[in-house]
Amino acid sequence: MRAVDAVMECLKAEGVDVVFGLPGGANLPTYDAFYDAGIRHVLVRHEAGGGHAAEGYAKATGRVGVALATSGPGATNLVTPIADAMMDSVPVVFITGQVRTELLGTDGFQEADTLGITIPIVKHSFMIQHPLEIPQVIHEAFHIARSGRPGPVVIDIPQDLSRAEIPYEPVLEVSLPGYQPTIEGNQKQIRQAANALASARRPVIYAGGGVINSNAAAELVEFATADRFPVTCTLMGLGAFPGDHEQWLGMLGMHGTRTANYAMDEADLICAVGARFDDRITGKLAEFAPHAKFIHIDIDPAEISKNVPAHIPIVGDARNILRKLVVEYRALAPDPARLRDWWTKIDGWRSEHPLRYEDSTDSEIKPQYLIRALYEATDGQAVIVSDVGQHQMWAAQYYHFTRPRQWINSGGLGTMGFGLPAAMGAKVGTPDDTVCVIAGDGSIQMNIQELATCVQEEIAVKVFIMNNGYLGMVRQWQELFWDHRYSHVDMGEHPDFVKLAEAYGATGLRFTDKHSLVEDIRAAIATPGVVVADVRVTREENTYPMIAPGAAARDMVG
Amino acid sequence: MGEPGTKAPLSLEELDAAVGLRTGRKHVLSILVENRPGVLTRIAGLFARRGFNIETLTVGPTDNDQFSRITLTVDGALHPIDQVTKQLHKLVNVLKIRDLEPAGTVTRELALFKISAEAQARSEILEFTAIFRGRVVDTTKRSITVELTGDNEKIDAYERVVRPYGLIEMMRTGEIAMARGRSET
Repeated sequence: MRAVDAVMECLKAEGVDVVFGLPGGANLPTYDAFYDAGIRHVLVRHEAGGGHAAEGYAKATGRVGVALATSGPGATNLVTPIADAMMDSVPVVFITGQVRTELLGTDGFQEADTLGITIPIVKHSFMIQHPLEIPQVIHEAFHIARSGRPGPVVIDIPQDLSRAEIPYEPVLEVSLPGYQPTIEGNQKQIRQAANALASARRPVIYAGGGVINSNAAAELVEFATADRFPVTCTLMGLGAFPGDHEQWLGMLGMHGTRTANYAMDEADLICAVGARFDDRITGKLAEFAPHAKFIHIDIDPAEISKNVPAHIPIVGDARNILRKLVVEYRALAPDPARLRDWWTKIDGWRSEHPLRYEDSTDSEIKPQYLIRALYEATDGQAVIVSDVGQHQMWAAQYYHFTRPRQWINSGGLGTMGFGLPAAMGAKVGTPDDTVCVIAGDGSIQMNIQELATCVQEEIAVKVFIMNNGYLGMVRQWQELFWDHRYSHVDMGEHPDFVKLAEAYGATGLRFTDKHSLVEDIRAAIATPGVVVADVRVTREENTYPMIAPGAAARDMVG
Repeated sequence: MGEPGTKAPLSLEELDAAVGLRTGRKHVLSILVENRPGVLTRIAGLFARRGFNIETLTVGPTDNDQFSRITLTVDGALHPIDQVTKQLHKLVNVLKIRDLEPAGTVTRELALFKISAEAQARSEILEFTAIFRGRVVDTTKRSITVELTGDNEKIDAYERVVRPYGLIEMMRTGEIAMARGRSET
């Protein structure tokens, strides 16, 4: 069969039910194979939209997302989603067309060195050298993308090689001698961690996106409740621990709760699970958690002691390790009473410093109120896909996620324009869920073309634009740290999102009154098809609380 | 203080101070890799993105034609290399890395020296070359080309000795390194 037909067989063998892409010259053979391959193909309007859609699909389902693009500009348009997937450990296979082998390196039409451009931002990548290796490479790519610490894998296929006739034999196993992720976790280290936890008086569990990637949310709850350990999550970890649990401290980090950050600051033992001590978590590194010893559970050995020295490192899969840790911990039967003083302190912070904002006295919609209204209107059950900016932080603070994969956003790279296409992918992956986008008026415009895809493919996402007419987060920093000099952050009055939505064939709505907002949101969600709501909010509202740049957690402001 | 993200100007001293832990010694990294296109780029890229300078680099076949051996040296006094070593381990095409301790390692480098050698200097150069166990591989009436192997200190020393005679050019391969004793590198 043709190599491209073998590609289809491999995709099916990997269980791929949908791909996101856009055809062009160099991947014409692949698209010819898609014509009757029986795999759903979602035609996006921009390759970046396809890449983020594949990420959204992967984050919502836990399966590997697939995005396709042609050579040159098609492939370079994927660079942002590839980098995004790398930073947030998202399993996505990107398949790009490449010019014919005789044109390689000659500046042929639509030629770009896709492999070279993407090397620093991939987990791994392949350039097909011979058509016979295509089936093996596809399966290796899926294996690498989904195992260990997940991440993006790029496969670049020259156009002529994809047309070759090859004998196709199903590939039954992959062997990669240089790639053997550690899964199990060292038992001795796990026992040591249990001992440390049993004697800790001010412990905190600090969980990140790794818990979600390893499907370890249930294990995390079991571990946390094996005693009464306080739990905080990173932005990427939200939903790994129920936001309505009595041991939940809220998110930590730059815009986390005071309770979570103060607890980290005073903790004597911090158990990090699938988290990487990012600078948005630690604030001033030299003053981060000054009294704590650290247990660091991570599948990626390069994360251990990268930013904060780990006293007890455990390399392996979080789910495996948490299961074993619970057993070891229970065997020690520590006295829960030793945590009583710690909880008294935590409860003090909780009652003294809840998340708060000053609500309007008239009908004006405060951005925080929009998130609370969305929470109420959806009974806290929707999948929330966020763009990047102030709205993202407010959504993280005020929508109390109770299950993993309910919160999808771009954390590490902070990619504006992620939200709408990622929601499209998430909705395709979980069609029975209500999928809502929270976007800013700035970020939504970075991939708004995907409204056309959603309408054409009947992917009924509900988009809520928190419209303050600013690049809000940059404005906030200019206000607070750059003497109020608002340099190029005013977005003006355009476009008219209602008319724009209608032009795309979606339903366009505008909300300006907080008194009817919950009902308005309910009605928007009940409206069939794609809905875009332009929600006018307070123009200059700041995201608080905040660890100012370069400051320590205990010095939070706002 | 120039706090990150704020308008406070950052002094050059602060910039200099803001680097990671340095070991202060030379590191010889011996890296066993799959023999495939692009592997060297991936490895070199991990150094380049941090602004690290690779001092010497050799790539060659091993006893197994599926694998190649990359030996590279980096100055741990200039660059914090711990994190980059961990990242190297993560590359799918990398099978094994050893950060070789100088005391437990045999290192060799090959160098070619083209030295200006007028009649009166010629015998002195040949004498030094013999002391360093070099070999003359080419000559003209006014020059000598010498081949020399050894660890890099020996080659540095020979260079110091012959430079005054007029060093026309010099080429060095960079070190290869093998662990001492019975076990594999």
